[in-house]
Amino acid sequence: MFELLTTKFENLFYKIRNKGKLSPNDLDDALREIKLALLEADVNFKVVKEFLENVKAKSIGENILESLTPYQHVVKIVNEEITRMLGSTSSGVIFASKGPTIIMTVGLQGTGKTSAVIKLANFLKNKFQKKVSIVAADVYRPAAVLQLEDMAKNINVDVYSENNSDPVSISVKGIALFKKSGSDVIIIDTAGRLHVDENMMNEIVNIRNKVSPHQIYLVLDAMTGQEAVNIASTFNQKVECDGIILTKLDSDTRGGAALSVYYMVKKPVKFVSNGEKIEDFDIFYPDRIASRILGMGDILTLVEKAEKVVSEKEARRIEKKIYKNELNFEDFIGQLRSIKKMGSLDKIFSMMPIANKSKIFKKVNLDDSYLSHIEAIINSMTVEERRKPHIINGNRKKRIARGSGSSVSEVNKLLVQFSKTKQMLKQFSGSKGKFNLPLGNL
Amino acid sequence: MQKLIKNLSHIWNKFKNNHKSFWDELEEQMVASDISINTTGKILEEVKNHVYSENINDIEKIKSLLKDQIIEILKTDGNNNLNISPIPPTVFLIVGVNGTGKTTSVAKLANMFKGNGKKVLISAADTYRSAAVEQLQYYADKLGLDMVYHQKFSDPGAVVYDSVEKAKARGIDLVIIDTAGRMQTSYNLMEELKKIKKVISRRIDREVDEILLVIDSTTGQNARNQAELFNNSLHLTGIILTKTDGTSRGGIVLTIKNDLGISIKLVTDGEKLDNIHYFDPVEFTESIFS
Repeated sequence: MFELLTTKFENLFYKIRNKGKLSPNDLDDALREIKLALLEADVNFKVVKEFLENVKAKSIGENILESLTPYQHVVKIVNEEITRMLGSTSSGVIFASKGPTIIMTVGLQGTGKTSAVIKLANFLKNKFQKKVSIVAADVYRPAAVLQLEDMAKNINVDVYSENNSDPVSISVKGIALFKKSGSDVIIIDTAGRLHVDENMMNEIVNIRNKVSPHQIYLVLDAMTGQEAVNIASTFNQKVECDGIILTKLDSDTRGGAALSVYYMVKKPVKFVSNGEKIEDFDIFYPDRIASRILGMGDILTLVEKAEKVVSEKEARRIEKKIYKNELNFEDFIGQLRSIKKMGSLDKIFSMMPIANKSKIFKKVNLDDSYLSHIEAIINSMTVEERRKPHIINGNRKKRIARGSGSSVSEVNKLLVQFSKTKQMLKQFSGSKGKFNLPLGNL
Repeated sequence: MQKLIKNLSHIWNKFKNNHKSFWDELEEQMVASDISINTTGKILEEVKNHVYSENINDIEKIKSLLKDQIIEILKTDGNNNLNISPIPPTVFLIVGVNGTGKTTSVAKLANMFKGNGKKVLISAADTYRSAAVEQLQYYADKLGLDMVYHQKFSDPGAVVYDSVEKAKARGIDLVIIDTAGRMQTSYNLMEELKKIKKVISRRIDREVDEILLVIDSTTGQNARNQAELFNNSLHLTGIILTKTDGTSRGGIVLTIKNDLGISIKLVTDGEKLDNIHYFDPVEFTESIFS
């Protein structure tokens, strides 16, 4: 996400950085580039205007032209402004003080409400140990209820549904039932509707009036264009939303809608959904996204993901081995599996602070089957070979290649990559990082 | 897109006083319709050239210059009709990112061709999303059409193979294939589509008759990426623009046509099955100005 914006800023600041000092014209050039980048990122044009005015005023106020480090200065100001536009703190999850928390999701057709409901349920269940249940209030789209029930089964969450009834009474009955059965969180999945459809909008107003949800989330497609602001403000006027769930962030969308909506409607993005898997869902951290826009990568998210799948003890053990240069294929495959648990390769890659990602992207197929392929080769090694890779000779290579359905040259490639990675990791070890990613072979 | 030109009269006063702020305002309005900044620049450049070289001082003339530029981009050389093969079955492949309205578009297309007296078969090649098959089955039942489907998570290539073979055996005129939504950046899923395409063309001994990308008119600049990457993988024959009954202006189709040369073939604009129409550049442009 935000790919192009990041690249643009990277190039722009690279230009400025080489100059040393900034002239008034440089600042105007910079602002123009930022304007284009933001518009191409679907940031609402009104927001862009204000943003530029703020950056300019601040730049002049802080005497940026006199600064010996104008690059750092502009980055700082732009970063601050973007963070401010996104809401400066993460708003987190809010639970009702008494009784079950009732959450209602609303949004246009096709934004990913049903998937978001399932992911949210799973998130609250696993991260906060809540008993979650879902009310199926989409009676319009064919098979919508079936979809919800099918997905809910996978995460062991109960769904209340009814045939031939209206969404308002379904919601009322479902909530009464789940209150009795001791749910901590009850999520209402409503049908997709156009924000200009008076009748349909009144329906969610009625549901809200009857069941008084503690939280109402607007599900917004991250690929939405300039209309995002109108959509969000209309839903907000009707039912007073508490926040946004931003979906489909796994595409190459630049996601400017997120910036605009917070800025214009003053409703924070609470959660992001970024993949096909149920676990591809997280709390939204504005500061992290802002630094991602500026090409600093989203290292914090990455570290958290890594921490989730790698225990500290294991990480220490590996670190020691790296330090002593004793890393072998058994450790490697362990790490490989950890990486696979962290999500798809391209997603991990997108969070890393590497310049010109899109160019590298084109060269490397960040395909998860690549990992499986490597895993297959390592699996075809004997325990001894994994522990002492140096004993792998020509005959062993042939056997490993046959066993893993690959060629000798592929086995060779892995061996070379492995020893390079080992060297590289040794260089990195000793730094503070708890977890070193063996991604040098990419 | 409707709002775009209505406001033109409002900013007309600016033209009399200060040309630059008039053009700036116009640029903003076009960008606000999701037309890309590049396409906007190109259109305005042409209009400005005319205005200044011909000393035009009339809002109606500027409007019609704008219209002409937009029509010029949107119009196609041939006709915009869907390609029907002389040797049945004709095969349409419907693709797109998640949530754009592929399944509903398949149903609307099926309804349209059934109304024209064609024997239509629906192929449920979205084997991934929960209840995708059931959703499509609902429409097939409603329209009284045959549908080919397999188990969940089965190979969509196999569904497509079966569909084309069944169509041949039963003398079907048109097979419409619904596929799972996928992000254009997902390498594996785009490869899967290429494979599906290959399976079809092998069974019918020619290229797939129509490969249509479904684009949600609410989408911003990313729609261009969608069109570009789907086109790189599949060589699209056209676009179905959906949800135009909302307030979104769908201006991105101008950019797609301008940059990539992919035509918009169909437009959908409502919940009913007959809310689907062939795209008409002149009509579309007129509707912007009305």
